Order: sequence, then C-alpha cells, then structure tokens
Amino acid sequence: MANELILLDTWVSPFGMRVRIALREKGIKFEYKEEDLTNKSDLLLKMNPIHKKIPVLIHNGKPVRESGIIVQYVDEVWHDKAPLLPSEPYPRAQARFWADFVDKKIYDTGRKIWTTKGDEQKSATEEFIGYLKTLEAELGAKPYFGGEKLGYVDVTMIPFYSWFHAYEVSGNFSIESNCPKLMAWAKRCMQHESVSKTLPDPKKVYEFILQLKKRLGIE
Amino acid sequence: MAKEIKLLGTWASPFSHRIELALKLKGLQFHYLEEDLSNKSQLLLQSNPVHRKIPVLIHNGNPISESLVIMEYIDETWQHQNPLLPKDPYARAVARFWAKFIDEKVLWTAFKAYNDKGKEQEDAIEEFSQQLKFLEGELKGKEYFGGERFGFVDIAAFFILQFLTVLQEVKEAELMTEEKYPVLFEWMEKLQGNEVVAGCLPPREKHVAYVRARRAAAEEAASKTKAA
Repeated sequence: MANELILLDTWVSPFGMRVRIALREKGIKFEYKEEDLTNKSDLLLKMNPIHKKIPVLIHNGKPVRESGIIVQYVDEVWHDKAPLLPSEPYPRAQARFWADFVDKKIYDTGRKIWTTKGDEQKSATEEFIGYLKTLEAELGAKPYFGGEKLGYVDVTMIPFYSWFHAYEVSGNFSIESNCPKLMAWAKRCMQHESVSKTLPDPKKVYEFILQLKKRLGIE
Repeated sequence: MAKEIKLLGTWASPFSHRIELALKLKGLQFHYLEEDLSNKSQLLLQSNPVHRKIPVLIHNGNPISESLVIMEYIDETWQHQNPLLPKDPYARAVARFWAKFIDEKVLWTAFKAYNDKGKEQEDAIEEFSQQLKFLEGELKGKEYFGGERFGFVDIAAFFILQFLTVLQEVKEAELMTEEKYPVLFEWMEKLQGNEVVAGCLPPREKHVAYVRARRAAAEEAASKTKAA
C-alpha cells in the first residue's frame, strides 16, 4: 500500500517541529505543506475543523491531529524504525508524563515572556527557568530524556531550543547560565540530522516574534 | 495482592473516578487512599512532587500521575481484560484526540460558561455549546465513543460531563439539556445504568452539596480580592 503522508505545518511551530523530527528520525518520506495561519487553507479547515490548528498529519487521506498524538501515532505505525517511546509500560508512562509536563508548562510560560513586560514578564521568566530546572533534574546524568537515545520527551522538548534566543532577548536573561545541563542536552540533540534539519535559525524565530507582536498590537 | 496497587484520590474528583473505573474494569484489587487536599499526605507529595495532585497510581511502589497517562498505563500493563484503547493505531490516535479535547478544552470552557460573568461568560457559553455539538457528532450512530463497548474516551468523558451536570445544578443553569444534546444524554444514562460505572460515582446530593460549598467559598474569596 502506498504510504501517502502530507504534513500541514508552519516553519516556526515547535509543535510541527516535533512531527518533522519524528518522521526524519524514522527516515519516513512526507510532503510538507506550509500553512499561512492568517489565511488557513481549505485542506486544513477540512482536516482539523475542531481546532483549525497545525500540525496535522494526513496519512492516506486520514488526518491525525495534536503533535504529541501524531508523534505517538508515527511511533506505533513505524514501530520498527528508531522507536521513540520505551517498550515497557512504566517507562512509557514516565515519558508520557514528562511530555505532558512540557506541553502544559513550556509554551504558555514562554509566550508570557515575549508578550508581557515589567513584573509580569519577570515573573514569567522566573517560572520558565523553574520549569527548565525541573526538566534538568529529570534528565539527570542521562545523555537524553530517552536514555541512551533520542526519545519521545526529547522530540517533544527540543523544538523549543530554537525559541530560546527569542525568550532570552525578550526577557533579558540567559538560559545557558541558568540551565547549562539543559543547553548541553540541546546541543547533543542538534547533532542529530533529524533535529538540525528541522529547527529553524533562532534569529529568524526572534524576527518572527517581533513581526507577530506588531501584528498583535503588543509593544 | 491488594498492597501492590494503591490509588490516591478524592471522592469528588472526576479524574479520580476515571482511575477507579479503569481498575475495576480490569478486575484489579487495589488499596484506595482518600486524600485531604488541604493537608496533602507525605505519600502524595513524594509520589507526585511535580504537580502534587491526585489521582496518583502507585504500582509496586512506582508512582504514575496524570489521569490519562495512568489510564494508558493500566491498559498496557493489564492488556487482556476489557481493553480501554483500540488496537489500531489510527483509532488510538482518534481516541487520544477526544480525551485530550475533553481535558484541555471542554472542562475549562465549561467552568467559564458556568462561573464567569458578562462577555467572557457569553463567549464561553457559545464555545461550550459548540464543543458539546462536536462530541455529539462523534458519538452519533455509535453505542459508545469506543464503539460497541465503552472505552478510553467514554471513561474520560463520562465523569467530566457528570461533574458538569452537578455544577450546572449548583449554578441553576441549563447549558446542557436533553433537548439540546439527546445523543449525549442517552449515552450518559446508559453509563449511569451500568453498575460498575455507577459504583464509582459519589451520592449525587453529597456531590452537589460539596460543589455548592466550594463555589461559595471561591466566590467569597474572589469578592474579597476585588474589594481589597
């Protein structure tokens, strides 16, 4: 059966990046379609009528939605290539827990850093660093969250590395000096082609945020 | 055997009810520990240091947190009885999507729809109605979200929607009615009529009284903050 894969995505989305990394890790070919979120395609609206969001992975015409769910789907369908989730239930549960932690905390708090100022921004920055430190503690002495190899949590978190520069400049703080272990982990991940090929230039991400702020009317 | 599985929960929490049901459906013996959330146990704080929330499942001393994560763990560890998720990867992805939709969208929108005021409430009411329509659309023509048998999405959705009917009663609102959502109500009644499912629910009056007291306390705290 021909495997037709279309990914509806945007270059800057950390959620979309997760899916691209997973597909690339597994050497799976896919067609990439860049969406303009100010002018969503009919295909996107048809494939994700409830949320109207990217990423959406369309596999042989059927849509899979929500980045974490897409990555798990890809991992289950192509389970023999570069498995991302562990095989045993308890480590799998731990991986899902930490991916959920990243989902609940990193994006929203990060967003506060570049959309607010003054005390609110300072508080968001402190909160953000706190979450990164929690992740560092979980990483411990392991090279990756997945252990010896890139795993589900790594794929979930690493896209935000391309946004770190934007957070740092916006919030006037250094992630490197606060979380050196996490930065070492990020650089380790970047040595994988699936990651380095997917993550955009951090300076371009920062430019994007500046444009977005203008559009949203945020000073 | 009972000592191997512990569930830290609270009698009023729909998230806790989910796990109770999942364990019962798998025919598992477990030790239930009622938490006082105003005075959390050492065991809870040690088992879930990141969020400090219930439910937490402790299996052979290993803690698992987040109700949907726990449900998948239970399903993967005890595979043979009453599978909660389907085997097909696409069907699993769809099930996970709906469970996430309920947790991340429906519940929070419903809170706003019932508790907020003014334009924010109006917008939330509109959104909540849309979400319920989506749920009805997914359920239509099926016995359960899971198909012939109830599964992951039914368990995830039922206790939340059940809880929302309690909140609705407390707020004397009529956002969810049988007239507006006949498919959802028929499905809820079917599950309420199931002995194992009903056994996980607290007595209705007790639940209503509890939620009423909690809402009153929250409203008082909010008005004090405004006045201050």
